[in-house]
Amino acid sequence: MKQILAQLLSGKPGPGAASVPAARENLALVAVLFGLVVLFSAISDRFLTGATFASIAYQLPELGLLTLAMLIPILSGGLNLAVTFSANISGLVLAWVLMWGGGADAGLTALIPAIILALVSGAVIGWVLGAVVAYTGAHPILASLAMMIFLRGLGEFLTRGGSVSGFPPEVTWLGQGNVMGIPVPLVIFALCVGIWALILTRTRLGFAIYQLGSNLEATRYSGINTRWALTMVYVLSGIMCAVAGIVMASRFNSVRVGHGEAYLLITVLACFLGRVDPFGGFGRVAPVILALVILQVIGSGLNLLGTNQHLATALWGGILISVMVMRFIWGRVAGRMR
Amino acid sequence: MNNDATTDERGPYLLRLEHVSKRFGGVQALDDISFNIRPGEVLCLAGENGCGKSTLIKTISGVHRPEPGAVMEWEGQDMTGLDPARARAMGIQVIWQDLALFPEMSVAENIAFERNLGARPRVVDAAAMRREAGAILERLGVSIPLDAPVRSLSIANRQLVAIARALVADARLVFMDEPTASLSQKETDALIAIVRRLSEQNIAVVFVSHRLAEVLEISSRVTVLRDGRYVGTYSTEGMTQARLTELMTGSSFDYAARPERTDRPAPILSVKNLTREGEYRDVSFDIAPGEVVGLTGRLGSGRTELALSLFGMTRPDAGEIIWQGRPLRLQSNRDAIRAGIAYVSEDRLSLGLVQPQSIADNTVVTVLDRLLGPGKLLSPKKKKRLVDDWIDRLRVKIGAAGDPVSTLSGGNQQRIVLAKWLATEPKLLILDSPTVGVDVGARAGIFAIVDQLAKDGLAILLISDEAPEVYFNADRILHMRDGRLIEEFIPARTTLDHVEEAIHA
Repeated sequence: MKQILAQLLSGKPGPGAASVPAARENLALVAVLFGLVVLFSAISDRFLTGATFASIAYQLPELGLLTLAMLIPILSGGLNLAVTFSANISGLVLAWVLMWGGGADAGLTALIPAIILALVSGAVIGWVLGAVVAYTGAHPILASLAMMIFLRGLGEFLTRGGSVSGFPPEVTWLGQGNVMGIPVPLVIFALCVGIWALILTRTRLGFAIYQLGSNLEATRYSGINTRWALTMVYVLSGIMCAVAGIVMASRFNSVRVGHGEAYLLITVLACFLGRVDPFGGFGRVAPVILALVILQVIGSGLNLLGTNQHLATALWGGILISVMVMRFIWGRVAGRMR
Repeated sequence: MNNDATTDERGPYLLRLEHVSKRFGGVQALDDISFNIRPGEVLCLAGENGCGKSTLIKTISGVHRPEPGAVMEWEGQDMTGLDPARARAMGIQVIWQDLALFPEMSVAENIAFERNLGARPRVVDAAAMRREAGAILERLGVSIPLDAPVRSLSIANRQLVAIARALVADARLVFMDEPTASLSQKETDALIAIVRRLSEQNIAVVFVSHRLAEVLEISSRVTVLRDGRYVGTYSTEGMTQARLTELMTGSSFDYAARPERTDRPAPILSVKNLTREGEYRDVSFDIAPGEVVGLTGRLGSGRTELALSLFGMTRPDAGEIIWQGRPLRLQSNRDAIRAGIAYVSEDRLSLGLVQPQSIADNTVVTVLDRLLGPGKLLSPKKKKRLVDDWIDRLRVKIGAAGDPVSTLSGGNQQRIVLAKWLATEPKLLILDSPTVGVDVGARAGIFAIVDQLAKDGLAILLISDEAPEVYFNADRILHMRDGRLIEEFIPARTTLDHVEEAIHA
């Protein structure tokens, strides 16, 4: 049963089978994306316009950055349920430093320390969570759930449930401006994607994350400091949450604890749609990004057609379920042909 | 000639096969096989993994059709064009290693299953089923509660249920695929008694096993296959394990104790009064470069626990480890690896390799520092060179380096484990039961590597509970019992029997 579940979720043809080559897995997702674009353009002549792409380009990075924050813990065989509230807390740190530096009149002298402190706060949250997971052996789901509840309570207590707003124009630029026509959040997201891909494929830490995600003990026996690596998994995740928190704060020009809460489970599903193994050890950055773009195109397309927002959410879920079932069937067919 | 044991004087054959071949696409799985068995005979089918044993069994039980030209006779009647249902009706039964029982159903239901299949009227007569199952178990001379669900039984008892199911179907020829693989010695003895009983009731049994001692004890003849070809059928009388290994692998092995070493180089490792509460106590020994020291003893003697402390995974409570003349304190296995100590775990599946990950990644996981290129990033080029180099040096048979390491055979997996540790350029290599789950032929290959490593000056601590393994491959043997080193043997000065007696005493 567990095996069938694993197949449903990951689309892997079962243990022992060679993994799907990177090129083919991206190709399938690109084909789905292309099909969706053609479909929506056929239904509505307003779909293939700059406005649609602008809306996608500004919305994608928030969900995307949080998904990157979720990706590495999943690869390590864990999960980080605290991503959205970590982002909120880092956003709050940014907001407070800016308030202290003069609110809407705060200059670069306040902005730069504000960003640095926001990133540090994300790293500290991640470090605490990672250390708990790595040293006590607590299950990441429970540890991060506890962290999530702690952060939510702390944030709501400190803000009395309200929001902090009124940032200088430089901050708004981060969330709403553009560089040579490209939205700034998208530039930030692209940079983060590049860094993540580099860490996962070309560093010792990235190598260790995949190995320990498959088998922690065997990795430890091979002489890798798995406690350090596991701690770093959550530190990286925390830093990425902080980046997401900064982008979110600047896009809405305010910070409220609970912002983006609905993204949490979508980030998990985006990872699985991007063929990340839910049990850890396998998954790449590129397909996850493609999966995100697909989800966003569906969201924007349906929005454009005037579909109810809730129906759009239901469709996301429906599409994910059908993808899993299709992968399972495909795995069976391919297995029989072999 | 090979077929000296197959004269027709002992009565007609139950089953006779000649010129049986089978191809799957480009693979010649069986190539001109001969096989025969008499009623009530116990015969062993021997050969390494992939030699064609399973294909032959499937051909005889009607799953595969042989290539045209095959002669297949059942009591002198032609039986080509066989299908599984007919094979069963004739009395050919196969008990595969996984037994194919229904774990949630009762013992009686499992045994009577075949009888109920397709029976009319389509109702299940529980009373008749129990009666029948009870009668069969009695015939086997065993007692198993008829109403117990099969999942609650031990492996040995499940095996008996599978055998009973075969008997219900009026079996006349029973194949047993590796039936003793997960049985203890006592259970194996009981199974051998059952097989004898079947033989007395004129049921022929074909026994497939890796354990050569067992093969020679149970069967009157042994048919050997190698790489899908027929090697021969031999009487087990006068056959030795060494000779059988040779027939199965096609190469002869040097079964002689290593000559006693005359030189005595300074030890690289000296263990002094090492103690860890509840695991081992007051252990002292040393090991020199180029020396293979065997460490043997029964399960639970503290062998692996001692090795784990030498590898830095656990910390001793008392005593000293002197490494290259200086005391060594290991905080973790990373310290041990840095010092030049490598440990090949006895548990290859969950500790030795990261099974689902690739062959390449498993090879380099211990030496990531050496793969760094510009900007402290891992260099794919350096990685490929290192992997190719080790796969070549240890002659590992692989498909692609990107395949999961779990796709390799036991012997080749063990070579990857050796590669990943040799890549760290160790000075002491601890091998903990390095041949568990490795074919007879592949074992010899592993020990050939070990021998060469010792010649190159590596110190090797070889842990094994198989006395012949340490006797034939080590310069000295340390015998451990209940956490203490109790004696030392020099193979060149003693006999294998003496060592075996000492261990089992």
